[in-house]
Amino acid sequence: MIFSIIVQAPPVQAQGAETALRFARAVLAAGHRIHRVFFYRDGVHNGTALTCTPQDENSIPAQWQALAAEHDLDLVVCIAAAVRRGLIDESEAGRYGHRHWNLADGFELSGLGQLVEACLTSDRVVTFGGRS
Amino acid sequence: MSAASILVITRSAPYGSSAARDALDVALTCSVFEQPVSLLFLDDAVFQLLKGQSPGGIGQKNLNAVQQSLPLYDIDRLYVGARALAERGLHASDLILPVQTIDEAELASLLADHTTVLSV
Repeated sequence: MIFSIIVQAPPVQAQGAETALRFARAVLAAGHRIHRVFFYRDGVHNGTALTCTPQDENSIPAQWQALAAEHDLDLVVCIAAAVRRGLIDESEAGRYGHRHWNLADGFELSGLGQLVEACLTSDRVVTFGGRS
Repeated sequence: MSAASILVITRSAPYGSSAARDALDVALTCSVFEQPVSLLFLDDAVFQLLKGQSPGGIGQKNLNAVQQSLPLYDIDRLYVGARALAERGLHASDLILPVQTIDEAELASLLADHTTVLSV
């Protein structure tokens, strides 16, 4: 079966992002495919390259990166939600005149159309961290 | 794929979080990509549709302006929880757009009628 995962939960303040990660691993372990992970609302913070995580804790963004590298996942961050929250890539930094950018490798900024496309392409769409 | 339909569920009050605006953005994007989309307002989300909002004092944009454009995007399937309305002393005539009120039994079939359900 083809899954897509929508993450609206931020990486630290809520459990939703960690749960989404474990769900993604379970989906893959069961032999299914993940078409896309789409990060929306405060979930865009999962895509930052600048977390400094205590040694006895796991970095959520780093875990997404590792999972994506292992399984060739499409990690898409909603561009409208991201730029509002100060999560930008080099291209957006140029567009908005910022000298720095912070989108982690393995993530990509794109529009909500990618969420709609994921809904059409996937057998199941599962949301984490909605309703807040 | 042409039979696909998306239901966006919103449960949050119009202001105090970005949830209402974020749900509208998802619905509008579905329409831009010519996908049939319905909106379901539950719990405090019924306040989103109240007429005569004036959120300028808290630095927010008026949701009514975007809501009034929904028919232009062919988003006219708006469902409102009957109990959520009643619990808040509201009536469908207090709302800015025509809606269909649904009870709990109808809720189940509404969810079943859509291929994808998104909670924002």
